[in-house]
Amino acid sequence: MFDSEDRAILRQLQAEPGLAMPDLAVRVGQTPAKVSRRVERLQEDGLILGQRWDVDWRILGYSVFVSLRVSLDKTIPTAFDDFIKAAREVPQVLEIQTFLGRVDVRLSLIATDLADYQAVYREEILTLPHIADIEALMDVARVKANRDLPL
Amino acid sequence: MSFDDIDRQLVLLLARDASQSTTQLGRRFGLSQPATWRRIKRLRDLGVLTTRRLDLDAQKLGFGVTVFLGIKLATKGRVSLDDFERAIGAIPEVQTVDHVLGLYDYRLRVVARDLADFERVLRRRVMTLPGVGDVEANVMLSEERRPGPL
Repeated sequence: MFDSEDRAILRQLQAEPGLAMPDLAVRVGQTPAKVSRRVERLQEDGLILGQRWDVDWRILGYSVFVSLRVSLDKTIPTAFDDFIKAAREVPQVLEIQTFLGRVDVRLSLIATDLADYQAVYREEILTLPHIADIEALMDVARVKANRDLPL
Repeated sequence: MSFDDIDRQLVLLLARDASQSTTQLGRRFGLSQPATWRRIKRLRDLGVLTTRRLDLDAQKLGFGVTVFLGIKLATKGRVSLDDFERAIGAIPEVQTVDHVLGLYDYRLRVVARDLADFERVLRRRVMTLPGVGDVEANVMLSEERRPGPL
């Protein structure tokens, strides 16, 4: 579905998404017209989903980052759906992942400080439906965060 | 530092879609293109908007498996955290590394072609690093990002 020339384009764009078409063409050794067509096709086929900016929440006043590992009560058939639906309503939740393993759901949560975190945790998180167990891990430092694919 | 409603809306929109032009963005708020550009530049200069990222469909590109790994260091104090972080961050399949407090010392996000490929990365690249103790793996089934409290 994609060949080595597509891969070369994706590699360059992943490292530098703002790259102008002529520069990209030079780097992969093709004509700009050809590269444009390929990029368009990669977008149409949904291999490239889009572009976004990473946000540093600390600058916006959020200094506490917590990862909540949640086990759900699986005797309730709708536990996952109910929990996720309710978790979406908590504004401080940045990411929701579901897993196969010891953890059912992970929430990535931010708060302005520890007092704020405690309030959100007590009032918004512990009241979410069907929680069997919950563990909190506090993020101390981001070591690597680019999420690049090893293309 | 102060951010008004338009700043917050801009951050929200750009965190979702960075490909919109400043003209398009400005129109939503009744701002001119230069005024919008100045606001975005300020948000970048202040470090609110950090890095522009390309969003790729990992599945379609052949990366069918994403695993979150919790790693506990076995010999704390004897292993240099800097060395460990450098070595673990250099593994291409490792997308994110977070130093955490709690049950584990590090949380890793790892992509692989399939479970066999993941096992290869885990055994040959991760488990061979000095100091790696307990490892817990959770295979991701679904993921969604939320806009956050803006």
